[in-house]
Amino acid sequence: MQLTVWTYEGPPHVGAMRIATAMEGLHYVLHAPQGDTYADLLFTMIERRGARPPVTYTTFQARDLGTDTAELFKTAVIDAHARFQPQAMIVGASCTAELIQDDPAGMALAIGLPIPVIPLELPSYQKKENWGAAETFRQLVRHLTQVVERSPMPGRRPSCNILGPTALGFRHRDDVVEITRLLQRMGVDIHVTAPLGATPADIARLGAADFNVVLYPEIAGEAARQLEKMCGQPSVRTVPLGYGATIDFINEVCALTGLDPAPVLDGVPSRMPWWSRSVDSTYLTGKRVFVFGDATHVIAAARVATEELGFEVVGMGCYNREFAREVRAAAADLGLTALITDDYLEVEDAIAALQPELVLGSQMERHIAKRLRIPCAVISAPFHVQDHPARFSPQMGFEGANVLFDTWVHPLVMGLEEHLLHMFRDDFEFSDEAGASHLGGHSAAPQTGVQTPAPAPVAAEGQSLASTEVAAVVSEIVWAPDAEAELRKIPFFVRGKARRNTERFAVEQGLATIGVETLYDAKSHYSR
Amino acid sequence: MSEAFVLDRPAPTGGCAETPVLRERGQREVFCGLTGIVWLHRKMQDAFFLVVGSRTCAHLIQSAAGVMIFAEPRFATAIMEEKDLAGLTDTNDELDRVVDRLLARRPDIKLLFLVGSCPSEVIKLDLSRAAGRLSEKHSPAVRVLNYSGSGIETTFTQGEDACLAALVPQMAEAPANAPQSLLIVGALPDVVEDQFRRLFAAMGIERVDSLPARKIADLPAVGPNTRFLVAQPFLGDTARALEDRGAVRLDALFPFGAEGTTDWLHAAAVAFGVDELKFRAVVAPGRERAARALEKVRPALEGKSIFFFPDSQLEVPLARFLSRELGMIPLEVGTPYLHRTHLARELPLLPSATRLSEGQDVDRQLDRCREARPDLSVCGLGLANPLEMEGLTTKWSIELVFSPVHGFDQAADLAELFARPLNRRDRLSDAIVPARAARREAASCN
Repeated sequence: MQLTVWTYEGPPHVGAMRIATAMEGLHYVLHAPQGDTYADLLFTMIERRGARPPVTYTTFQARDLGTDTAELFKTAVIDAHARFQPQAMIVGASCTAELIQDDPAGMALAIGLPIPVIPLELPSYQKKENWGAAETFRQLVRHLTQVVERSPMPGRRPSCNILGPTALGFRHRDDVVEITRLLQRMGVDIHVTAPLGATPADIARLGAADFNVVLYPEIAGEAARQLEKMCGQPSVRTVPLGYGATIDFINEVCALTGLDPAPVLDGVPSRMPWWSRSVDSTYLTGKRVFVFGDATHVIAAARVATEELGFEVVGMGCYNREFAREVRAAAADLGLTALITDDYLEVEDAIAALQPELVLGSQMERHIAKRLRIPCAVISAPFHVQDHPARFSPQMGFEGANVLFDTWVHPLVMGLEEHLLHMFRDDFEFSDEAGASHLGGHSAAPQTGVQTPAPAPVAAEGQSLASTEVAAVVSEIVWAPDAEAELRKIPFFVRGKARRNTERFAVEQGLATIGVETLYDAKSHYSR
Repeated sequence: MSEAFVLDRPAPTGGCAETPVLRERGQREVFCGLTGIVWLHRKMQDAFFLVVGSRTCAHLIQSAAGVMIFAEPRFATAIMEEKDLAGLTDTNDELDRVVDRLLARRPDIKLLFLVGSCPSEVIKLDLSRAAGRLSEKHSPAVRVLNYSGSGIETTFTQGEDACLAALVPQMAEAPANAPQSLLIVGALPDVVEDQFRRLFAAMGIERVDSLPARKIADLPAVGPNTRFLVAQPFLGDTARALEDRGAVRLDALFPFGAEGTTDWLHAAAVAFGVDELKFRAVVAPGRERAARALEKVRPALEGKSIFFFPDSQLEVPLARFLSRELGMIPLEVGTPYLHRTHLARELPLLPSATRLSEGQDVDRQLDRCREARPDLSVCGLGLANPLEMEGLTTKWSIELVFSPVHGFDQAADLAELFARPLNRRDRLSDAIVPARAARREAASCN
């Protein structure tokens, strides 16, 4: 058993729903008890979808158990086919139905519907949402895609499939628009985009494209491998997330197709590089950043943060273990050890211990950061309704790079403002207790007396205890009142770091009390 | 005291008391009982809810809680894994380990609920034995109880019923010669609970307790001299458990609107022998305030039709309130479960043309709703946006469970919850709401 307060990923059948909901003409019959229908509201509320997901739940009850749950399932399949007239159907069981072993696959096939019916085996007690989405997409490809002959590429416009965008994906809708435009400008035709917006008939003709673009490896990686095997289609695996990665992506596509990258790279494809070099961005130098989320977004974010914004990544990790190796490698490049966990309490520990100046994470990290009063921007699912904006707001491509600059820099106090806050800290109308002006009243911390530390979370079994141990030692240290007062003269957005550094310094020096001198000794120690 | 004082207007002849109920069996678009945790964990300040279930349960609670409203909630999930089901681990050992870890992290917990889920029910994990064992181990610091919030046993608000019913055996035995006391049953927002307490005090009813109590130590005693008022229509099992301990339920309308609140308070006044004139004097200010405030909302709602999808079991009393005090026309009142005994006074007050439905086949019900084109549809979160997209105005029902809506001083707030979607639709331009322009045109052609 795993104790969890919040969870990053839903069960695998929610992953299957993300595929079904993204597509047209596909229906999902899910053998599930009442209650599992909650998943509908993820799509209708968080993503503000105007239609119910194309899912029929059997809604069995306790009194049905051992009698007619199988019959319920058959009726649901027949009714769903009659009502929704889908081109194809996927069938499967949620966690409870898996236990009652009704064999939805066998039953659905026995009904003999005149459309393809694809059974899904999604082991609820072993796997999670992203895996479920990837497996569903792979099964659709395996069952529906037809193997076709392709004419040689030279002498005509090459074509590709864009694979991976789903419903409830973090800005997938906008990324697809941006990357479609980019590929078209390069001279590549988009054959099919899937699953988002595709029909089962579109899945059937995937094999006719020259190559595949794996936009979201978590979801499309397996399907692309399946297509490589079945249809001999190569894949472009660079994820065009960030300015540099977008250029790499363009070069990879061009190497594969023989196209010339110069026309799309000429001119000014993005404002981001100049914004980043401009003098107001000087204050971004070396800002300490913690990055956590799904592997793809985390790896890309770490690169953008270090190479394109001049931040220092002080910690990074992901919640989807399937991609742990990639994240570990990316972290090692930065001299870090990746945190691979789906326990948000461990992530909270890590952030509390590191005291970064910015957190780039999911909705979970936003919550943690709010508690710890650290600025935060969301870069990955799971996300809040506010992260699904009405405006065009991609993460990928050159426009995506612009969006990243704006959204990551926004939570921070800006260049000149930072200096003004230093200068006029005691001005009653411009006090740092009010927080940054652009953040309204929301960022102001209750600054009365000693900052209350977050309750020390219990360490998970097998987890490194380093941070908790330090926390335990630190709690023994006493701040002298004058040192506490001096600390309060430091602007709020660096105060957390100063407090932590000073406490760490005091622990290292074996001091029991922190005085004003300790504060400045620590400052001098860490400035080296 | 005349009935006429309590009821603001005469009951329609027969009402819905004898109306046949449409019972459907199909896909249900209703939360399961686990979601009760979302409000119960805030109401019981030293309680913690541990769902013993699957990843789906954890994900459900998270989604129902608005994707993390609470940074440090008093609930969690013990997620069962493959090794638990395959018998590679002893599930009871695993549970004990999880509970130990939890209690070490949260020493403030005094009451721990082990909450059963669909998977734990299906594998027949005996949570009542586990609760007994853990209670023994952790007493007296922590009491451990269990109930089921599973979707195969309960719907949405029934989780609260199961939870409160689990508390009843923990209540001390009130002596047979104890003075008569009043118990308010149902998790109400503190502000509402306090308003009711003030009204009862003004009537001279001294001993008033609540179930659930805000702290486990304040759990009241119960006995033959306990009279109880049910504040929520979904508390059937809790009421039965209290009756089994000798307590007597006071039959009343539910305290929604001026009329319902008056009737509910009156039932207590009668049981405690409060002088009628005194009762009138006590309720008059609140009742007048409610009536005045409702008059302001009435023009927005009068003559408008309303369609209830089944959700919280509050549907029947709400439809009664909206039709009698605000002049709305209930077309269909769907409820997950129709508790005939507790609704005995409510049903005759619904207009006799109202269709009552129990259970759900969501696709068929959506067909009926599209056919009826009500001015307002009340439904769960999964259906609201799709119906809006079809041009129907909706009220998401979850707010009715979370907001303070009981009592005199909340009557207009409750009405306002229904008026707001209509008001919003009126404010928005035709460019934003094309469906409204089309409807207006259709109406003017007739």
